[in-house]
Amino acid sequence: MARTIKVDYLARVEGEGALTIRFKGDKPSAVELRIFEPPRFFEAFLRGRAHLEVPDIVARICGICPVAYQMSACHAIEDALGIHPGGAIRALRRLLYCGEWIESHGLHVFMLHAPDFLGYEDAIAMAKNHREWVARGLGIKKAGNAIVTALGGREIHPINVKIGGFYRAPTVAELAALLPDLSRALEDAEMCLEWMAKFDFPAFERDYEYVALRHPDEYPFSEGRIVSSKGIDIDARDYEAHFAEEHVPHSTALHAVVLGRGDYQCGPLARFNLNFDHLGERARAAAERIHFVPPCNNPYKSLLARGVELIQALDEAIRIIESYTPPEAPAITAAPRRATGYGCTEAPRGMLWHKYTMDEAGLVEDARIVPPTSQNQKCIERDLWQLAPALAAMPHAAATRRAEQAVRNFDPCISCSTHFLRLSIERED
Amino acid sequence: MKRKQKPKLAVFKFASCDGCQLSLLDCEDELLLLADAVRIANFAEASRAVLRGPYDITLVEGSITTAHDAERIREIRARSRFLMTIGACATAGGVQALRNYRDVKEFTRIVYARPDYIDTLATSTPIADHVKVDFELRGCPIDKRQLLEVLAALLAGRGPKVASHSVCVQCKLRGNVCVMVAHGTPCLGPVTHAGCGALCPTYHRGCYGCFGPAETTNTKGIEGALLAAGASHEDIARAYATFNAAAPPFRKAQEEQLVQIRLKEGPRG
Ligand code: SF4
Ligand code: SF4
Repeated sequence: MARTIKVDYLARVEGEGALTIRFKGDKPSAVELRIFEPPRFFEAFLRGRAHLEVPDIVARICGICPVAYQMSACHAIEDALGIHPGGAIRALRRLLYCGEWIESHGLHVFMLHAPDFLGYEDAIAMAKNHREWVARGLGIKKAGNAIVTALGGREIHPINVKIGGFYRAPTVAELAALLPDLSRALEDAEMCLEWMAKFDFPAFERDYEYVALRHPDEYPFSEGRIVSSKGIDIDARDYEAHFAEEHVPHSTALHAVVLGRGDYQCGPLARFNLNFDHLGERARAAAERIHFVPPCNNPYKSLLARGVELIQALDEAIRIIESYTPPEAPAITAAPRRATGYGCTEAPRGMLWHKYTMDEAGLVEDARIVPPTSQNQKCIERDLWQLAPALAAMPHAAATRRAEQAVRNFDPCISCSTHFLRLSIERED
Repeated sequence: MKRKQKPKLAVFKFASCDGCQLSLLDCEDELLLLADAVRIANFAEASRAVLRGPYDITLVEGSITTAHDAERIREIRARSRFLMTIGACATAGGVQALRNYRDVKEFTRIVYARPDYIDTLATSTPIADHVKVDFELRGCPIDKRQLLEVLAALLAGRGPKVASHSVCVQCKLRGNVCVMVAHGTPCLGPVTHAGCGALCPTYHRGCYGCFGPAETTNTKGIEGALLAAGASHEDIARAYATFNAAAPPFRKAQEEQLVQIRLKEGPRG
C-alpha cells in the first residue's frame, strides 16, 4: 500500500519547512525535510563590509540565536586579527551565551517540544491544564532574556557585542540585580527536569556520530576543539578538511556530512554525550537523579539534555555574576590586517562555524557560515527513515505528530539554515 | 450585538530571521494574558493550530522575495481585517534588500553551488509594495513594548501611542550624553526612527539605524557631523546600507555618499 505523510508547514519550529515521507509498504521510499525559507544571501553581502559591522549583520541571520552568530563571528575575526580577549571580557561573553542558552532552551523545551509529549497543539493549550509548568517555563526563559538584555541591550539582536569585547561593560550592580530571578529559575529548572523525566519517551535509538566542541576543562560554549564520538579531534580551522556540504534539490539548506561517513548529529545531545564530565556539580547531580547519563542515543531525550543544559547555564551564570569585577576596558582592539580567521561556537541547537577572509583595511573579502541546522538536516532525514516502519503501523494523525516530534528533537532553526555556502560535493540523482 | 467570540490573531512570516515574531513569545509576563484575550488563529512558530480566516489582527513579518510569496501576501490580505507589518523586513525590505541594487545571479553563484535549485526574485520588497498595510511597526527587531502597546490599543479600540520622532529625541528624554558631541562617535540617531529607547547611545555606541528613517529626516544635515566624527563617505554609505537599506530616505542618503566617493576618486583612466 502506498502512503504518504505530508506536513505542509512544520509548526513549532523556527522558520518555515515542510516534511514528506513516502512509503512503499512499511518501508520509506522518500524522506524529504524541505526547507523553503527564501535565500537571504548573507555570505554574498558580507563581502565589502567592515569587520566591525559583521557582528551586527550576522545577528540578523537568526532572531532566535543572534548571540551565537555574534560570538562565532567575533571569535573568527579576532582569530584573524590575532587577539584573544580573556579575563572579565571572556567571562561576560560566557554569561551572554548562558543567557541565550537559557532563553532558547526555555522556548524550545516548554513552548515547542513539551506540547508534543503531552499531546497539545501548543503551550497555550497546554497551559489550560499545566499552567504552573508553563508559567515556570516562561519564568526560566525570562531570566535568560534578562541576561541578554542587561549585557546586550535587548534580547533579540543585541547591540552591545563588539569585536574584542563589548561597547560598554555592565556594572556589578546591574548584574547583581539579575541574581534573585536566576536563583529562582535554577530551582524551577531542577523541578522541571524531574517533571519532564516522567514523560513518555518513544523507544528509538540510532548509532549516531556526535559532533561538538570540547574544551580541556569547561562545558563548551565558544572554545575548544571539534571532536566526535567516532574519533574526530580537530581545530576549528580544519573543519573543511573533514566535513562537506551537499546541495539537494528539495531544500534551500545544504546538508553537511562527515567526509567518508555521512550524517552526524550536533546540538545538546551531542554536547551532553561528549562533555558530561565537564558539567558542573549541580547539573550533573540533576541528571544523575533522573538516571540520565551518557551514552544516550534516544533523540527524543534531547529534551532532557536541554533541561540539563538549562541547569548548567543558570548555575554558571550565577557563578559568573557572583565573581564579576568589571574589566579595565570593555574591549581590546587591534589594527586590521590581511588574514583569514575561523570561529566555532556552540549555538543552543549545535555547532556554528564561521570563516572570514579580510583585506588590509579590514573589509571582508569572503565569508563562509555553517549553521547547526544544515549540519543536522541529513541526520533528521535518517531518523525519519529509521522511524518509518513504526510510523507505517500507526494511524495517520498519530504518525504525522510523531514525525513532527522527531523533527523537533533537533530544534531546527530553519531561518538560519538557508544561506550557506558553496558545497564541496554533489549528489547525483 | 452577539459577537462574543474573541478576536482572531494571525502571524505570518515571509523572508526574515523570525526575530520580530519571537518578540511576541518574549513577552513572558503578558503571553498567557494575551492568549486569554485573543484566539491564536495562525502562528506557525508557536502552534500547530490553524483556524480559518478572516483574521481580526494579522501580523506580517518578513519581506517579499519570491513570486510565490507575492501571491501569498495577497491571499493573506484578503483574509485580514487589520494588517500590521512588524519589523524592518516587512516594512522596508530588511537586510535581504541589500541584493536590490546588485546582481542577484552573482549572489546566488557566490552562495550556492547549484543556483538552478534556487528560486528568488531580484529584489526584496516591503509588504506595502504589494498590498494595503494598516499599520507599520519599525525596528530590526521591533520593540516588544511597542508591540504590546499596539495590540492593547487594537483590542481596546483606541489609537496606538507610538512615537514618530527620532532616536535623538529619545536620547534627550533619557538624559544621555550625546555620543557624537561628547565622544566624537558617528551616530545615525538624528535621522533614525524612535522606538528602541535610544539603546546604542546608552551603551556608548552610535546608532546604526536599525529602526529605519524617522518620519522627517535631514540626512544631508548630519553629514558634516558624521565626517567631523571621523567617518568616511564609505563608512556613511555603508551605515545607511544595512537593515533598512531600501527605505527611500536611507537609499537616497546612501546614493549621495556614493556620488561623493566618486567625486573624491576623480575621473577614471
Ligand atoms: S526586521 Fe530584523 S528582527 Fe525582524 S524579522 Fe527582519 S531581520 Fe529579523
Ligand atoms: S541602532 Fe539605533 S535604532 Fe537600533 S537599537 Fe541602536 S540606537 Fe536604537
